[in-house]
Amino acid sequence: MSTDVTADRIPIKLRTEALEQLLVERGLVDPNVMDAFIKTYEKDVGPLNGAKVVAKAWTDAEFKARLLENGTTTVAELGFKGPQGEHIVVVENTESVHNVVVCTLCSCYPWPLLGLPPTWYKDPVYRARVVKEPRAVLGEMGLSLPESTEITVWDSSSEVRFFVLPQRPAGSEDLSEDELAALVSRDSMVGVAEVVVS
Amino acid sequence: MTAVIELDVEGPAAPPRANGELVFAEPWESRAFGLAMSLNESGVFTWDEFREELIAAISSWEQSAAPGDCYSYYQCWLTALERISVTHELIPAHSLRERAQELADRPAGYDHGHDHGHDHDHDHDDHDDHDH
Repeated sequence: MSTDVTADRIPIKLRTEALEQLLVERGLVDPNVMDAFIKTYEKDVGPLNGAKVVAKAWTDAEFKARLLENGTTTVAELGFKGPQGEHIVVVENTESVHNVVVCTLCSCYPWPLLGLPPTWYKDPVYRARVVKEPRAVLGEMGLSLPESTEITVWDSSSEVRFFVLPQRPAGSEDLSEDELAALVSRDSMVGVAEVVVS
Repeated sequence: MTAVIELDVEGPAAPPRANGELVFAEPWESRAFGLAMSLNESGVFTWDEFREELIAAISSWEQSAAPGDCYSYYQCWLTALERISVTHELIPAHSLRERAQELADRPAGYDHGHDHGHDHDHDHDDHDDHDH
């Protein structure tokens, strides 16, 4: 197997530069297409998309039912689709069950809804520990759940990418859909935080 | 308590509590990301093929890392991309090695000049849109 393609002693940014040069020279990568991808994921696709989905689910029971039935097609109704958007499964938090998402093998994540994953989501420590002791990990991340709440950990993969529908917070009854969306953090949609009225 | 690895409280692996984290810590990470996306988009490899290489690279790092080694997700990503570029015969392994060495052999300070066309690093912020 052709591992160790370039020696580790060469700085990573030069390895990247070498790879890019060779791929561009061979016509395998169009720099403009590449720049567009980078810009899109750096600037345009982010957790706000997921927050809109959550706010709509909180205010539209039929949408929520469809969302829980078929995440991928239902979020596509709002225009959210693309790479890593296939096979989105939405899991709902309730009083008795709290859901939290991990990708134990790499970093599978619902890009069209949340953008690219944060560093901690990719970190080996989170990936290993949240499966073994989710309550402790959530506690360290600032989320203390009552003992009576069951915690379910979902392992995302190329087949299924999980997305958490958090509980609508108390005190949010009079808020509009847009105001609700503004409350929904990325972390709440991965399941490491709750939504609170600010 | 049993031996528990603590999550970092601060630093790159710390769990942030807000949405506003930079997507890429360094410009080369965004280039490595964009290369994989472009090659996948043009059908050179499937995402699952790339993901398998990525899992292998991550797993390999986790098995060989010494305590205290700093994990770099995008370093694994680049390793996966190099391997898949070679196994899919896009680029011979020796060309990658040679080109990387050529770049490494450039005289010090080369990338502060303005006569090189490779604007991956310093010019990356040419849109000045890192606005948070």
